[in-house]
Amino acid sequence: MKTAVIIFPGSNCDQDVLYAVRNTLGTEVRAVWHGEREIPDGTDLVILPGGFSYGDYLRCGAMAARSPVMQAVIDHGRRGGLLLGICNGFQVLTETRLLPGALLTNRIPAFICRPCLLRVESTATPFTSMYAEGQVVQFPIAHADGRYTLPDDELKALEDRGGVVFRYCDGAGNVTEESNPNGAMNGIAGIVNEGGNILGLMPHPERASEAILGGVDGCAFWRSIFSTLQERRV
Amino acid sequence: MTAWHVHVYIQLKDGVLDTQGKAVERSLHSLGHDSLQAVKIGKYVQLWINADSEQSARQQAVRMCDDLLVNGIIEQFSVEVEGE
Repeated sequence: MKTAVIIFPGSNCDQDVLYAVRNTLGTEVRAVWHGEREIPDGTDLVILPGGFSYGDYLRCGAMAARSPVMQAVIDHGRRGGLLLGICNGFQVLTETRLLPGALLTNRIPAFICRPCLLRVESTATPFTSMYAEGQVVQFPIAHADGRYTLPDDELKALEDRGGVVFRYCDGAGNVTEESNPNGAMNGIAGIVNEGGNILGLMPHPERASEAILGGVDGCAFWRSIFSTLQERRV
Repeated sequence: MTAWHVHVYIQLKDGVLDTQGKAVERSLHSLGHDSLQAVKIGKYVQLWINADSEQSARQQAVRMCDDLLVNGIIEQFSVEVEGE
């Protein structure tokens, strides 16, 4: 399994992701600068990490979505390659239109950085196959612009096709107004595209991948990807 | 070829919650501005474009909005063109 982590000017979770993949899976993972035109041959998984690419100028993720490396990343996603956007990476994926919707300033306009509970809504994705459906996991969030929004008809289409993968919830797995940290529609924390190969989420699985850092609920995320790719090779 | 000064006004679409506008609205109310009904905050972008005509300058500006400046899912925009 080969992973490429794209680094934009202002990315700040790239090292965390590189470390989490290497430490959890022990597989090859490379950093790719945004100015490159290609990603390494044989890349199975491309990760757009969290951070403040281009200083969040104009709109979060807007400039990064149009940077040189993105054509190769978009091509990878369109070919069915696994593509993951975490936090700012999710914002970038919506700006490329590979994922529907947009991420707006939190309901209370402040930066929120804290552990967060999520309900796994779908295990039928390459990223979540090793979780149980309805399982409650804890990943941290760290964002000011995470209010997932999309037009009502698109929201319905997304829900109808089971495209919501993670929802903010309480300890009992209930999705409530109080458990929703940022005002995202339907408590949506993460979604997958129709093809099932492109996932974006606001919470950070890479910061929940080692006990000493506060939790290991993210490990199954990386192991799901690894297992999916192993099965594809068989 | 004339240089045209283009003013682009970008706003969140109606129905999309403008948290910044709401926060400023509350703040103005707390300062005693009781007649204030609503606040919306947007972006103002100025472009200087070389073009043969006002229409061409406008078309180029709209293309720039579609390509990068505006996210049509959540935002709407208007364009004003001025000759220099």
